[in-house]
Amino acid sequence: MSESETEVPIKSLTPRDLAREKPTPEPRSAEDVVFHVEDLVVSYSGKCALRGVTLDIQRNYVTAFIGPSGCGKSTFIRCFNRMNDLIPGATVEGTIDYHGTDLYGPDVDAVEVRKRIGMVFQKPNPFPKSIYDNVAFGPRVLGMTDNLDERVEQALHRAALWDEVGKRLKESALSLSGGQQQRLCIARCIAVEPDVILMDEPASALDPIATTRIEDLMQELKNDYTIVVVTHNMQQAARVADMTAFFSVDVGQDGDRTGVLVEYDTTDKMFTTPSDQRTEDYVTGRFG
Amino acid sequence: MATQDATLGARSGPPRLRAERRRVGEDIVKVLLGLCALVSIATTVGIVAALLQPAIEFFREVDILDYLTGTNWAPLFQPQSFGVVPLVVGTLAVTFWACVVCMPLGLGAAIYLSEYARPRARKWLKPSLEVLAGIPTVVYGFFALTFFTPLLQDIGFQVGVFNVLSAGLVMGIMLLPTVASISEDAMSSVPQDLRAGAYALGATRLHVSTRIVVPAAISGIIASYVLAISRAIGETMIVLIAAGTLAQLTFDPREASETMTAFIAATGIGDVPSGSIEYKTIFAVGLTLFVITLVMNVIAIRLVKRWREVYE
Amino acid sequence: MSAVPLDLRNRDRSARLRGRLFHAAIFASTTIGLVVLAVLLIDVIRKGLPYLDGILLTDPPSSLPERAGAGPAIRGTIYLMGLLLIMAVPIGVGTAIYLEEYADRSRWYNRLLEVNIQNLAAVPSIVYGILGLAFLVRGIGLGRVLLAGAMILTLLVLPILIVASREAIRAVPDSIRQGAYALGATKWQVVSRQILPAAIPGIATGSILALSRAIGETAPLLLVGALQYVAFNPTLLGDFTALPIQIFQWIARPQDEFHDLAAAGIVVLLIILLTMNALAIWLRNRYSKKW
Repeated sequence: MSESETEVPIKSLTPRDLAREKPTPEPRSAEDVVFHVEDLVVSYSGKCALRGVTLDIQRNYVTAFIGPSGCGKSTFIRCFNRMNDLIPGATVEGTIDYHGTDLYGPDVDAVEVRKRIGMVFQKPNPFPKSIYDNVAFGPRVLGMTDNLDERVEQALHRAALWDEVGKRLKESALSLSGGQQQRLCIARCIAVEPDVILMDEPASALDPIATTRIEDLMQELKNDYTIVVVTHNMQQAARVADMTAFFSVDVGQDGDRTGVLVEYDTTDKMFTTPSDQRTEDYVTGRFG
Repeated sequence: MATQDATLGARSGPPRLRAERRRVGEDIVKVLLGLCALVSIATTVGIVAALLQPAIEFFREVDILDYLTGTNWAPLFQPQSFGVVPLVVGTLAVTFWACVVCMPLGLGAAIYLSEYARPRARKWLKPSLEVLAGIPTVVYGFFALTFFTPLLQDIGFQVGVFNVLSAGLVMGIMLLPTVASISEDAMSSVPQDLRAGAYALGATRLHVSTRIVVPAAISGIIASYVLAISRAIGETMIVLIAAGTLAQLTFDPREASETMTAFIAATGIGDVPSGSIEYKTIFAVGLTLFVITLVMNVIAIRLVKRWREVYE
Repeated sequence: MSAVPLDLRNRDRSARLRGRLFHAAIFASTTIGLVVLAVLLIDVIRKGLPYLDGILLTDPPSSLPERAGAGPAIRGTIYLMGLLLIMAVPIGVGTAIYLEEYADRSRWYNRLLEVNIQNLAAVPSIVYGILGLAFLVRGIGLGRVLLAGAMILTLLVLPILIVASREAIRAVPDSIRQGAYALGATKWQVVSRQILPAAIPGIATGSILALSRAIGETAPLLLVGALQYVAFNPTLLGDFTALPIQIFQWIARPQDEFHDLAAAGIVVLLIILLTMNALAIWLRNRYSKKW
């Protein structure tokens, strides 16, 4: 993960340039679909926030949701692990199938869902406990207490944090820097052995160097997990994502703002030759 | 140069910015307000002086070690005995039973209000609990004596007419809102994103409440406990009415026992000649009570400082 | 990964049971207090109802339950309330103004003042009675009189009043202060013309709540000599009694009829308190400003 001296400064590369250099991901079969979303509509206390989303999320890909603020991408990603359940007045219509099972089916237990689909938040939120207890919290609570020490160590390794904290696991998690805290949250998430990791703007509260480490981490993690990431940083999407979904805001007649999915395709296609004009405007920066 | 008209720019030297005259009114106001503030200082000085002087005289006549360790309290009988231990034990016994009620139930209520109750329910539940705290203690004493004690007797507990258990349990109900309110405030201040992080890992509400929120709010919870203990120790009417004025050293909650506060009240009501040794017992016991509550207050502040959680 | 539907149902029965039991337990904790409150009120009303009449409100106590009333006691309580209003509120508000607007927080004596007020709030009420006994009754020879009782209750509620008034004053936005100062007003002008008027609803609410606490206090008054058998109306410098004291005296009698009388007295006391609290809440809702 070292930076080469002859590297062109990141700022001068447009998302288009970055995306051009990405290899097109191999075609996938139906069995590789982790989530199948069909006509999803999310409303908060009756007001529609996100409308008519249909797409598939592929296994072991990094899928990015991009778009201007207020377009519903955070709302959307929270549907995948039923976190919207915690918001009073939030309703979800349509279907999200997870490996063939409707996430919002009548018998489905949200706790079971979250055991398999983990989430990392925009602002790192470590518990006010030790580093060890933070990572061990999930396994303890889910009854995965065998070989706890090894689980913790492995999770910290996978989150590229072990080298920095391995010798001070008993220290408070709050003594870590912002970037370290976020990797701790990722380790915490990994410790419960999820299938999918959702990331809601995971690097937006971090400095550029910490951001780079998170992005590198995403590339490594996708070998073992399916990653879905929300980001407002287009270069980031161009760098890390295999598939990209662009959302935008639809302003209705009475001024109501609703989020809609505009286009969803491989990253290189989205940034170089998008089908929709709105996508073209956004990725080239012509968009407000 | 100086001119007559005060047009812009034409001035006779630097502007005069000092006050025209000394604002006497302002000074008077400040003095008056300062005097108001002094009232509270005077109160503390008065309390200490009121307690210390007769207490010192008392301890000239009664050996302080006998006082602190003696287990027979009989100042108004012959032969006189001034061992304060029965009173202290009585106080602690009632406090114990009060804590048995108010600590777990208060915490439980706080968790319910903070993590489980719907916003609409919380809106009227919390003020309703506050009503409990506003009922005068003489009413609770009445309730303990005339309703609760007979109830215990009917159930089969062989409690005396005056007994520690009745007073303690009812006092616990009185203190429940205090514990619940302060603990609930502490829990509500725990940032929401800590809960979100835990839920996202697959934790249930039970997990989040007990493993994340309560530990994070522990300093406030402990503060509420210490405050409850402090109030229980200083409470007079419930114990005077329901626990009785028999200063016997007993650990059986079914028996009567006099607390420090009940003794002070009972003696104060009675006709004790001013200046007598019996009169001075009021101040000796009062001083003991005051010191205990002061120490508890200091412990409370220390505990809160030590356990204050930092979230960021 | 095959396309066989996953089982996402909750299969952990013991966890579900634990969750339900916990929910039930904490719900019970919350409602047990309310249940006790209801039982208490019903019991008191039931016992006291036969004695709730004009005799109770106006007549003096008597050794015959049928003829006993709490007239002097009720009057005593009302007089105490009035005296508290005159004495406690100005001193409490004055202290609050001093601490919020005038005091330099970095000075040690002002910090001591704040710590002192906090400590006073934690002092048991009976210690205030001892203070009164030592200084007022015996010390300066005031005797066991109404004024002494009022002075002691004043000191008792002062910490609560100060805290409530400070909050009301603090709630006034700083922009109003800045605006007034910028116009050249002196400190007292800013306080008296801008801050106090804006803070009055909060101060009034806090005062009423503090007073309602004082009204229910019994222990300090016992020590300061509220007599338990006062058959005439109290005067400022004469023997006096108050409603909680009268209730206590009736409780102390062995006969059941007097216990029922005590219940009636409690109903009257609770009604007075309820009225005061309702007034305070009404005041707060009516005048609460949205800045």
